[in-house]
Amino acid sequence: MSGRRSFFLPAMLALGYLFLYGPIVSLIVYSFNASRLVTVWAGFSTRWYGELLQNAAIGDAAWTSLRIAVISASAALVLGTLAGFVLNRYARFRGRGFFAWLLTVPLVLPEVIMGLSLLLLFVDLESVIGWPAGRGLLTIVIAHAALGTAYVAVVVQARLHSFDRSLEEAALDLGARPAKVFAVITLPLIAPALAAGWLLAFTLSLDDLVLASFTSGPGATTLPMWIFSSVRLGVNPQANALATIMVAVVTLAAVVAGRLLTGPRARAQES
Amino acid sequence: MSAPGTGRGWGRRGLIGIPYLWLLLFTLLPLAIVLKISFVESRLAVPPYGPLLETGEDGFRLGATLESYARLFSDSLYIRAYMSSIRYALAATLISLLLGYPMAYAIARAPKAWRIALLMLVILPFWTSFLLRVYAWIGLLKGNGLVNNALIALGVVGEPLPLLNNSFSVVLGLVYGYLPFMVLPLYATLERLDPALLEAAADLGCRPWRAFLEVTLPLSLPGVIAGSLLVFIPAIGEFVIPELLGGPGTLMVGKVLWDEFFNNHDWPAASAVAVAMLLLLALPMATMRRFLREEAR
Repeated sequence: MSGRRSFFLPAMLALGYLFLYGPIVSLIVYSFNASRLVTVWAGFSTRWYGELLQNAAIGDAAWTSLRIAVISASAALVLGTLAGFVLNRYARFRGRGFFAWLLTVPLVLPEVIMGLSLLLLFVDLESVIGWPAGRGLLTIVIAHAALGTAYVAVVVQARLHSFDRSLEEAALDLGARPAKVFAVITLPLIAPALAAGWLLAFTLSLDDLVLASFTSGPGATTLPMWIFSSVRLGVNPQANALATIMVAVVTLAAVVAGRLLTGPRARAQES
Repeated sequence: MSAPGTGRGWGRRGLIGIPYLWLLLFTLLPLAIVLKISFVESRLAVPPYGPLLETGEDGFRLGATLESYARLFSDSLYIRAYMSSIRYALAATLISLLLGYPMAYAIARAPKAWRIALLMLVILPFWTSFLLRVYAWIGLLKGNGLVNNALIALGVVGEPLPLLNNSFSVVLGLVYGYLPFMVLPLYATLERLDPALLEAAADLGCRPWRAFLEVTLPLSLPGVIAGSLLVFIPAIGEFVIPELLGGPGTLMVGKVLWDEFFNNHDWPAASAVAVAMLLLLALPMATMRRFLREEAR
């Protein structure tokens, strides 16, 4: 390695991180600005946090988003695990190739197309069979579950791929029923992948604007929908305060997760 | 007694049937309906489109029309939106590659204990709102924004540069939003690369840059392709970035679809735009799916 390159790589890395984190830092700094104008510093203030906490619309939107994210991620977990399991364990069944193809469609389909297509489906279904009646929470949950299922399936498939089946076989040889083997052996072994898949689906749901906007109806406003309507008209210091709170929560979660992953067990393995 | 996954009969049918039915209903059927709606008339009604098959006094009448598609070709707005979507997405992919490759390389060559932490730093922004991260650039790029104020204070420019609501801010936003998608697959291929290959090249008198061009780059090509597709595909259909950072001159096809649907309430036109976008993305999406399948294998 030449001396020039050993300088070049860290410099590019630093530049990349500056690019990724600079805007976030600027959001945080200006959330404490007393002035409404984001670019003029008028002294330190926590005024926007007060206004944010008193804004009932944001509270409602956050609660709506949280409920949708928990329900849709859980549905995606069940369906995605089933789908991943089926692809991993059943090498041959009619339409398997098509099944595998369909499962990857939500991963590559542009959000606007997926949102539009699901809305058209809901409208058609309602006019033909009367369900779902109107659009709102339920339709957003279905849309997010449809997206999440594909991501959970990828994660579960990757885990099952590197899965040692000798434990399952041993349990079967000892007379355990297949359902019990799944519950007692398979499930605990793939649990970390399930947790990762659920979390991924949960985050995708919580952050989604486009699918929710298409499939939502009156009375169901998610947090991204609220953020979008407040920032598309220009700068809004309450959005800065909200971003700061989100960053704080995520950082805390990342630190806790990092501690858990590199915690006592990992250290014990090292020694 | 059968192992889980080798049994036949109803249990197996149920296990396969449930996710299959779900995918048919909520992935395939919606796309089929988009195709259908793209061929019907736009109407002032609820829902705002006509039927494909109409029953009249003289029996059935086919309501299919190519009206929406004809508009895609006759109104230059659509063509321009497609062309600029491709241009912006290509520019964003190229810039992401030029910035992301050295980043991924630096992380892959960092001491092992640091790699996870450095990689986490690339992924972490994903867990904060995408909308808010894009919104942050408005405050930075505005006429009296942070970047312009800094440039003026430093005496680099006399008056504010037009940094927002133009092609520059849209491409910048796309790079910002999708850079991590470029870094991750690149890292995955570069990390697997055996350093002994480079040492062998050096021992044989190969200069570092030539070793890079002839050993590292070709071996990391799968990562380059995967990363480029992961940036290019979502960038083509992106809505939030052109909406928040773009201006009247920065058309993108995702935003055109959104406007047809939400502002013009022309659902057949929105569907036709969607179908045309799918045709545009068919090749990149098929390539991407092949990659996904190989990864899963």
